Amino acid sequence: MKARFTITALVALLIFCAGYAALFIAPDEATMHAIQRIFYFHVASWNAMFCAFFVAFYASVAYLVTGKRKWDALGVSGVEVGVTCCTIGLITGPLWARPVWGIWWTWDAKLTSTFILWLLFIAYLLLRGLVEDPEKKASLSAVFAIFASLDIPLVYLANRLWRTQHPQPVIAGGDGSGLDPTMSKVLLLCLFAIFCVMILVLVDRYRLELLRNEAAELRYEIESRGLDATTDYAATPALQKGAQ
Amino acid sequence: MTTAKAAAIILAKELRLEFRTRELLTATVIFALVVVVLFSFAFDPTAAESRRYGPGLLWIAFLFAGSLMLNPSFAREQNNETLDALRMAPISSFAILLGKILANFIFMSLAELVLVPIFAVLYNLSLAGIVWRLILVLVLGTLGLTVTGTVFSAISAHARMRELLLPLLVLPLLTPLLIAAVESTASLFAEQPALDRTWLAFLAGFDIVFLTASWLLCDHLLEE
Amino acid sequence: MPATQTPAIPARIGILFDNVEKRFGSLAALRGVSLDITAGEFVALLGPNGAGKTTLLRMAALLMNPTRGSVHFTNGPAIVSDRVRTQAFVVRPKHVIGLVGHSTLLYDELTAAENLALFARLYALDNIADTVATALEDCGLATRAGSLVRTFSRGMRQRLAISRALLHQPSLILLDEPAAGLDRQGLAWFSTRLARLKQEGCTVLMSTHARNESLDLATRAVALAGGRVDNDSGTTGDPRALLAALRAEQ
Repeated sequence: MKARFTITALVALLIFCAGYAALFIAPDEATMHAIQRIFYFHVASWNAMFCAFFVAFYASVAYLVTGKRKWDALGVSGVEVGVTCCTIGLITGPLWARPVWGIWWTWDAKLTSTFILWLLFIAYLLLRGLVEDPEKKASLSAVFAIFASLDIPLVYLANRLWRTQHPQPVIAGGDGSGLDPTMSKVLLLCLFAIFCVMILVLVDRYRLELLRNEAAELRYEIESRGLDATTDYAATPALQKGAQ
Repeated sequence: MTTAKAAAIILAKELRLEFRTRELLTATVIFALVVVVLFSFAFDPTAAESRRYGPGLLWIAFLFAGSLMLNPSFAREQNNETLDALRMAPISSFAILLGKILANFIFMSLAELVLVPIFAVLYNLSLAGIVWRLILVLVLGTLGLTVTGTVFSAISAHARMRELLLPLLVLPLLTPLLIAAVESTASLFAEQPALDRTWLAFLAGFDIVFLTASWLLCDHLLEE
Repeated sequence: MPATQTPAIPARIGILFDNVEKRFGSLAALRGVSLDITAGEFVALLGPNGAGKTTLLRMAALLMNPTRGSVHFTNGPAIVSDRVRTQAFVVRPKHVIGLVGHSTLLYDELTAAENLALFARLYALDNIADTVATALEDCGLATRAGSLVRTFSRGMRQRLAISRALLHQPSLILLDEPAAGLDRQGLAWFSTRLARLKQEGCTVLMSTHARNESLDLATRAVALAGGRVDNDSGTTGDPRALLAALRAEQ
């Protein structure tokens, strides 16, 4: 409990520092000026999203191999957090694009692929909502997550082959790209900060799912012993030891 | 019994069932035609526009029709719980899946055989000289469509609202296939028809990836 | 996936349920059922609706895996049907198991002959045409061989369903209320068939909550209640007491 509080506090501090750095320490960009600062969080949320979806993919495979419910819990957590990060990215993108390029949206490779990614994992969440049996829910959504994850590189490749309009990535791009050293540092800070937030939320969601599963197990145990969930059995000593 | 032989038996059964009533085939063709006609209300294409937008229209029609047609694949087996009978037989689950994939592939191809000439007529596109290459593109594209559609039919058979769920799951997944198929078809309908090798390779790659994934995951699709 | 092998058909096969539990979400269908059925026994599975009889039978038919515990087949090839999550090679004696379920497990849009031929092929039987013809003759549906199952009456469908289940000569026969829908003739045919199977040494597990003549063939009675074994006359015991008691209740 104490550890969690400390870690949360640290991450909060980190985010505060990152935010401050992005807004005040990073130098002003030549052409885009203030609005460019959104770049730090935009890129960071993509990074967080990919990590979350990778966790979901790994957890799905692990669930199908081991059959342990905890992997399913991790899988759904990864997807939910990933979808959130994706939504943030898809919103910050247009917010940045509009003042800079005059358009809210464009159907280029990266954006289209990301939109499809978003749709796919929303479909994952819908699938989970529509299947009732928990075991089937877990295995079917794991299968779907694997298919979706395999699809993503194909989506990106197809879109890339098809059109490219996105500006060259500033860090790892071709000639003429490259960041001012201060900007790089701020970016790394933001990447790390958002990543930590993502991990924190992921772990919390995972814990929540595990607790939900445990609550369901307990309810099942109570029912199977024919006991009533609202009675306080602790008060009746006769019913305490293995009464069935 | 080998998977291939078992799949062949299942395939024969599917074909026999469908050809007795032909309801699914008819419905698919009509639906695709409706989509094609509806698109014509959206714009009145000149020859150049037909060449540009036609292939996209065609494949969208196939994708929509396919995602509706593929749903009964496993949903029908819930009638009298016949899927249980298949699962109890000493055959692998992949045999069941493969048999259905092949059957759906044949049905979809038959529908396309009817639709493509009609489409060519409606949009004034010439099929002369490109027939075999077009068939190649259609085969590769349809294979990807039926593999994913059949797998997701198995998945959505367990869910509520499965008629709506199947397209929802399948269509985003198939966007790379759509792009590749449309580009390949478009390059065939162009002024100088040419077979785009990159996109064909992509289609083949897509098919292989998803067929392999289906093979690896089929037990989880059918087990209880 | 490895192709399932077809080893020599074991003459006798028993089934062991080891503390089997089956959950469907928060619903417990089976709560710790342990049952050892030796080869050749004819077990009457009794109990009210919802007691878990159907779940038990479906598990024995390898249609579902237990949530906890395991199902073993004994006296045949040493097989363990367990909750196997890895893609290990598991031999499951599907070719010696026959199930008559709640539903007919038949394709309505195929003819009687086509239905049987399909399953004859799937079970890799020899001489398909003859096997199918004999089976149809036996259950009295030879004249309707070419008619769609959709046109059959309830009794006829049930007869065909039973024929389908027994087509590949299984040694472990699982019956889920098989008499439902059968008319007097059908019941007579069914009893005769069952008696013959019992003579041949097949293991039979039959669930029923209605009285029928086939219950006389039972060598053992097991009563389920609330997903647990409530009463068991045992391998060497006398089932008639349990059978009589339960018959009086219905």
